[in-house]
Amino acid sequence: MAELGITPVKDYKNPFPRNWLTTGLWIVVAGYLLYTVQSLGLSWSRFSEGLQHAGTLLDRMFPPNFSRWELLFSGLAESLEIAIISSVVGIFFSLFFGLFAARNLMPNIVSVPMRGFIALCRSFHPIIVAILFVKSVGFGALAGILTLIIASVGFIAKLFAEAIEEISLKQVEAIRATGASFTSVILFSVLPQVFSRFIGFSTYQLDSNLRNSTMVGIVGAGGLGGTLFSAFQRFDYDFVSAILITIIALILFWEFLSNVVRSIFSE
Amino acid sequence: MTSTQPFLEIKGLKKEYIAGKPILKGIDMTISDPGIIAIIGPSGTGKSTLIRCINRLIDSTEGQIIFDNSDVCQAKGTLLRHLRRQVGMVFQEYNLVERLTVIENILTGRLGYMSSWQAWRRDFSQHDINTAFELLDAVGLSEHAKNRADSLSGGQRQRVGIARAVMQDPQILLADEPTSSLDPKTAVEIMELLTKFSCEKNIPALVNMHDVSLARKFANRIIGMADGYIVYDGDPDGITDENLKQIYGGEEWLN
Repeated sequence: MAELGITPVKDYKNPFPRNWLTTGLWIVVAGYLLYTVQSLGLSWSRFSEGLQHAGTLLDRMFPPNFSRWELLFSGLAESLEIAIISSVVGIFFSLFFGLFAARNLMPNIVSVPMRGFIALCRSFHPIIVAILFVKSVGFGALAGILTLIIASVGFIAKLFAEAIEEISLKQVEAIRATGASFTSVILFSVLPQVFSRFIGFSTYQLDSNLRNSTMVGIVGAGGLGGTLFSAFQRFDYDFVSAILITIIALILFWEFLSNVVRSIFSE
Repeated sequence: MTSTQPFLEIKGLKKEYIAGKPILKGIDMTISDPGIIAIIGPSGTGKSTLIRCINRLIDSTEGQIIFDNSDVCQAKGTLLRHLRRQVGMVFQEYNLVERLTVIENILTGRLGYMSSWQAWRRDFSQHDINTAFELLDAVGLSEHAKNRADSLSGGQRQRVGIARAVMQDPQILLADEPTSSLDPKTAVEIMELLTKFSCEKNIPALVNMHDVSLARKFANRIIGMADGYIVYDGDPDGITDENLKQIYGGEEWLN
């Protein structure tokens, strides 16, 4: 430190000492990664061998075959219906469940069980829920609808509850002071604060339900997934690619539509 | 209301947030006359708690608050809401619903008189809508009716807050430090508005404040609080330096 004109009297301790716990954890993570690659038998030769199969598959997928378009579109229509019904019902229930789960508005006796219920809805992947519903209510669209309602509640009721927990209670207090009933307090002080976020969550959930509705069919819960799965099993790869292209088109179209919806509602 | 029946009567009011540590230690007061009543005292002495006990935004621990022949402290459900709607409240931070427009905020003052179903459909009566626009004119914000509440300045927001309280057609106005977030000139304008409405409606306005000179100027009665008790209750002209010393403690600040 000669250039500063200060002669250091003693060495100071490094303010950022090595943390042996962190170092140890990094070593464990690196060791485990090496072990997994080893135990799963991953190697470069396995990878390049796999790529050859992929080449064959792609070759058989093109050109896509739209000759069975009637089957394709009836599956697509069913998927769309499943997605829309389950989103509308799921969002409707989530509004109430989210409200009941909000810890700042509800006593623990209401919010704790409701949070537990929402967590339960979220704890299984939709595929597992779909299998359960196919087994309990039978094959077809009903199982798919119930599956996606559960998925919607698990996801957006939680986001709704968290949005409500972040509101300003001053505005709520003021409306309560006017003598408004509980429902009116919610309508005039809570909803105005969270409405635009609700719209955002809801369009996101409809988006996610659209994708999932093409998937639940794989286990027999209705929609395009069933068509897709049987096409795979019959090695109709050109029809598979036609289905995949249709799904991509649907998602892109929805993306466009949801941007329009969001620009209308957000300020 | 007849002159024999007071607007508001508080008897032995106590409030403990933490058991054994009371913030209000026994408040007695009777409010029989309309006009501005200023409650002064240092921060943390329970002025806000007292105001909020009156419309039960805070539950009191002990005592009675008699308003419109009912004990507010015991009221529940519909009775409580019917008492609340007759008590207009003005907040220090205005507490407007920021995403609603100015006129919608004023109309929320009528929610206590409407069913939730009417509230859901925004079914305000034509009479209420007329009153809301007239009040907006009275507080001088007619051109802001359709603006969102968060686009207003502090003084403008407080005018809307007062209009919302008056919209309830209250029997009493409560104001919790209504001028503390405002500059001195705006503060005087807000106090003038409160005075105007309490005169027009012939109702009392209970105003928490910490500005003694503002209280002297506008109030026709001053209640001084210290340490959870009322230590002065009377004429604004009668308050002496000795009283102020007792309320706020110390004396250097008086000079």
